[in-house]
Amino acid sequence: MCLAVPGKVVRWLDREPLFARAEIEFEGVRRVCHMACVPEAELGEFVIVHAGVAISRVDAAEAQQLLHELRSLSESSEEPSL
Amino acid sequence: MKLVDEFRDVAVARRLVEDIQQRATRRWVLMEVCGGQTHSLLRNGIDAALADVVELIHGPGCPVCVTPAEDIDLACQLAQQPEVILSSFGDMLRVPGNAGSLLDAKTRGADVRMVYSPLDAVALAQREPQRQIIFFAVGFETTAPTTALAVLQAERLGLKNFSLIVSHVRVLPAMELLMQASDNRVQGFLAAGHVCTVTGFAAYDDFVGEFHVPVAVTGFEPVDLLVGIRDCVMQLESGRVEATNCYGRSVRRSGNAEAQRVIEQAYAISDGPWRGFGIVPRGVLRLRPELQRFDATQRFGVIESRPCLFNECRAPDVLSGRIKPPDCRHFGASCVPETPLGAPMVSSEGACAAYYRYGGHTATAPLAAK
Repeated sequence: MCLAVPGKVVRWLDREPLFARAEIEFEGVRRVCHMACVPEAELGEFVIVHAGVAISRVDAAEAQQLLHELRSLSESSEEPSL
Repeated sequence: MKLVDEFRDVAVARRLVEDIQQRATRRWVLMEVCGGQTHSLLRNGIDAALADVVELIHGPGCPVCVTPAEDIDLACQLAQQPEVILSSFGDMLRVPGNAGSLLDAKTRGADVRMVYSPLDAVALAQREPQRQIIFFAVGFETTAPTTALAVLQAERLGLKNFSLIVSHVRVLPAMELLMQASDNRVQGFLAAGHVCTVTGFAAYDDFVGEFHVPVAVTGFEPVDLLVGIRDCVMQLESGRVEATNCYGRSVRRSGNAEAQRVIEQAYAISDGPWRGFGIVPRGVLRLRPELQRFDATQRFGVIESRPCLFNECRAPDVLSGRIKPPDCRHFGASCVPETPLGAPMVSSEGACAAYYRYGGHTATAPLAAK
């Protein structure tokens, strides 16, 4: 139920606050999502979408910083993703 | 998928497992609150990989599991009304109440439809003005903004054929109940990352202070989960106790103000029942008085509930972490996903379903494989 996935904002469709909508791209597939909770989201930015509604703007810099810190922990590996 | 695959990196995950193993001087008991986290932990073999140093017990964060059977019964009965289209999330349709599930009602002829978003149900109400569209609104604070938007849109559009059965629940009051229980074993929490995306995590400061237990706001991918576990273990080993954010790419300390605003416009906090928990103080959301005309129970009348028939199901013990699913004598025998005794075996976030699906395969899970 609380599952949510990140997608990229590719086109705003409606900016009226209660009915705000945008096209969001998930791995090349575009879906119309509701944007009332992320009215400031910008094109090209990632948002986290739950039940058709974007609930958060992704802090990409924070994500990269964490990954950088974690990779410094791990040795280089050719293993695939889980 | 960008921002997902990076957090499934096996090498990083294995290094985090080693790091946690090196830091732990004893075996700590942690609870992951959200059922989505439970499934990810088992799917990736994290529970098995860390078994020597961390016991993971599974929390109440399966919304359909704690939705009162009486609400499901109400939905099933309203679905039988000829003018009604009863809609909800796919998970909710399969959970049995006292007299079957919404899918059972559908096989008896009721018009029951799965929707991806509550806002799809609003669109359905616009397309079918001669029908009454009821959306069965379940879920934690992650989902509450989506159903709040639905009712606020319906109000703005002047829809007279849209209503809600509201069965929303709040996470923090349930965590407080767990900590107050005399048999509580939880020493640290992995808080639900997407709930905190909406609510923020400032509210956990008081919880941490009152119960002296670390809380790490945690995401859902294996690396996210291991970062949260490592943070809890580091806190416990050092004696430090605080609420920390290990899911910073999504969660801000004060949460999402817009999402909180729409929740507050639509809902008020109330005491209310959770399946398996009884009345949880401040544990549910109810429609605000000015939106009562969108309450399906007001529009169609409340139907008397019947006593629970699923008393063989040990969901209350599973949802509070007192037992693991295999400890139940019905698990995998008389209770399987096709013929469940209770909600945790049905839901995609239920702990019993997670053990049934992944529990026998830990040797092949990515992080359990040596």
